[in-house]
Amino acid sequence: MPEREVKLTIGPQHPMLKEPESFLLTLRGEKITDMTVRLGYNHRGIEKACEQRTYIQDMYLVERVCGICSHSHSTCFIQTVEEIAGLAVPKRGLYIRTLIAELERIHSHLLWLGVAGHEIGFDTLLMYTWRDRELVMDILALISGNRVNYGMNTIGGVRRDITAEQVPQILSAIDTLEERTKYYIQVATQEITLRERLSGVGKLSKEDATHLGAVGPTARASGVDRDVRRDDPYGAYGELSFDVITDNHCDVYGRTLVRVGELMESYKLVRQILKQMPEGPIAVKAPRKIPAGQAISRYEAPRGEDVHYVRANGSDKPERVKVRAPTLANVQVVAHMLKDGYLADTPIVIAAIDPCFSCTDRAIATTNLDNGRKNRMDWPTLRTYSIEWYSKQGLDFAELNRKLRTMRESN
Amino acid sequence: MAQALFNIFVFPGFLFVAVFGLTAEYIDRKLYALMQNRIGPPWFQPLADFIKLAAKEDVVPQHADRPVFKLMPIIAITSILTSFLYIPMWGSNALFAFKGDLVVVMYLLTVPTLTYFLGGWYSRSVYSMIGAARSLTQLFAYEIPLFLSILAPAMLADTWSLSGISEYFSAHPWAILFNLVGFVIAIIALLGKLEKVPFDIPEAETEIVAGAFTEYSGRLLAMFRMAIDMELVVGASLLAAVFLPFGLHYGPAAGFAIYLVKVLFVIGLISLARTIVARLRIDQMINFCWKVIAPLAFLQFLADLILKGVIK
Repeated sequence: MPEREVKLTIGPQHPMLKEPESFLLTLRGEKITDMTVRLGYNHRGIEKACEQRTYIQDMYLVERVCGICSHSHSTCFIQTVEEIAGLAVPKRGLYIRTLIAELERIHSHLLWLGVAGHEIGFDTLLMYTWRDRELVMDILALISGNRVNYGMNTIGGVRRDITAEQVPQILSAIDTLEERTKYYIQVATQEITLRERLSGVGKLSKEDATHLGAVGPTARASGVDRDVRRDDPYGAYGELSFDVITDNHCDVYGRTLVRVGELMESYKLVRQILKQMPEGPIAVKAPRKIPAGQAISRYEAPRGEDVHYVRANGSDKPERVKVRAPTLANVQVVAHMLKDGYLADTPIVIAAIDPCFSCTDRAIATTNLDNGRKNRMDWPTLRTYSIEWYSKQGLDFAELNRKLRTMRESN
Repeated sequence: MAQALFNIFVFPGFLFVAVFGLTAEYIDRKLYALMQNRIGPPWFQPLADFIKLAAKEDVVPQHADRPVFKLMPIIAITSILTSFLYIPMWGSNALFAFKGDLVVVMYLLTVPTLTYFLGGWYSRSVYSMIGAARSLTQLFAYEIPLFLSILAPAMLADTWSLSGISEYFSAHPWAILFNLVGFVIAIIALLGKLEKVPFDIPEAETEIVAGAFTEYSGRLLAMFRMAIDMELVVGASLLAAVFLPFGLHYGPAAGFAIYLVKVLFVIGLISLARTIVARLRIDQMINFCWKVIAPLAFLQFLADLILKGVIK
């Protein structure tokens, strides 16, 4: 194509995206010169809905923030509530939570590996990893009765215990998965076309990763040694030994290596948890009303650091719930990574942060400090704005309105 | 006259190539699925897809060039069918053969790519235009190696007719061993021509939806898909005729069976190739074709030239 700039919209509906999101790319030939992200197609008002429900109901609602890391969000939320209420969760409860968390990481990373393969046209990898992912999904279903939204947590502990019969089943599945993952590591490091497509794509230097606030595997692949599980241990992580996987490739290849490396660590963790899990109760009784107070909790979700904030006012409903999903922290770096890249690399670069857009979408109210103007509109302002907007487009409804009014009055 | 009509519409013309094309698509998809640990489609799936598409409404985009948009699928099918008439199936003689039909076949097999380009370009959609530009860019990368790799055996056989090449190699079967590199190159270039992984860059689903075919629907898309299926069969037959000239003298029935096996072998190689690799980027593809495949094809050509001198 000649050196002419073309604007290409990807999304909100596009085969590359599994969720609605819009990317406007400016292309010069096959090169991307500029890109803007538009969030907000999936806003569901979860935070507001939480304020109208009890803590127990909220837990199930928050679990549905994300379809993949559901346990992450519910645990993160529960941790804040338990902190406010001053509840000490029994050891066994914490271990079971951590076990589910690691199994969730395994299924999330396997899912990502498949999606990454699909984005670069390597569907065989997708089929293989998703076949193996069924193993861990079956284990989750065995433990919790559900494949995705496990419903394991409750305020003060967990709802279901791990029985002695389940342990060998979990361990044998983990053994199989470990074998398969070793094979995927081999594929990722030795398959030529795969390496060609992943190396040097979506570069993010360590400085930029820190500066733009990247989290999770995206940051760790740029050499940022940061992991909430080790830096601010929650659950049972304080008593477990594991390595934080980092990589210095700073590209999509590095992110792949970090994720497969984390898979291997997760297998190690699952074995440790099952070995060290103490006997005892799995939950303590929690009060229905939570005393006034506020807390913030951090959690290392498969996609990165998840942050929840809860403010309680002494009733059985929270006054404010704030969710900061990891994708929100990572979505800013996408625009940076895509700059001067190729159109062909857009899918894999976007997929490499393992985006979860529906988790990310929040309504944001801002106030301009210079003039005190708010971006929230009340009803009359919104109406005036819409009339102005349409008249700019050459549509004037004033005449129609007048007719409508006279018709109404004559009736 | 009746004979000619039969040849054009039934055998080895439209009906035969269409049925064979759908079967080939089924075999390709089934093998691809089996290698990916899936069950794969039932045998009638390609036909069902075709009927479903053919029953749907044709939507022509408002800004598209109507005549070009509608004509391109027909031209694609026609040129592929025409080229098939010159490819020997059983025995060493094609239905129509003349001196230099190799060039005509190669030319006619280039036409479909041009129709993808024109159809996509005149759809006037951004995705289609990018896909169209990529088809054409890719054409320049794989076409030269494909020509060279097929011309090398032609050189050795000292004829530019496909029937002549088949004749020569069935007389000297050992000579084909010298063209193994050429065979591999031709398979790789054929992947580019058929726009299959790793060279499905012009229709990369995750980047540009369906590339040049994004705006096509209904009967027109059905025709394009049929054209691609036929191209698979014709391309595989061409490679079978040039590089696998075995068992040409066992009479029509056995010869036809051997021909089918050879074509399915080539299709199997194509399925295998697209199972085990990822899609390349267009710049990587062009680099690969010009820096690796084209020089190798040249060496093959030179080797055949020297061999010819030695034999004489």
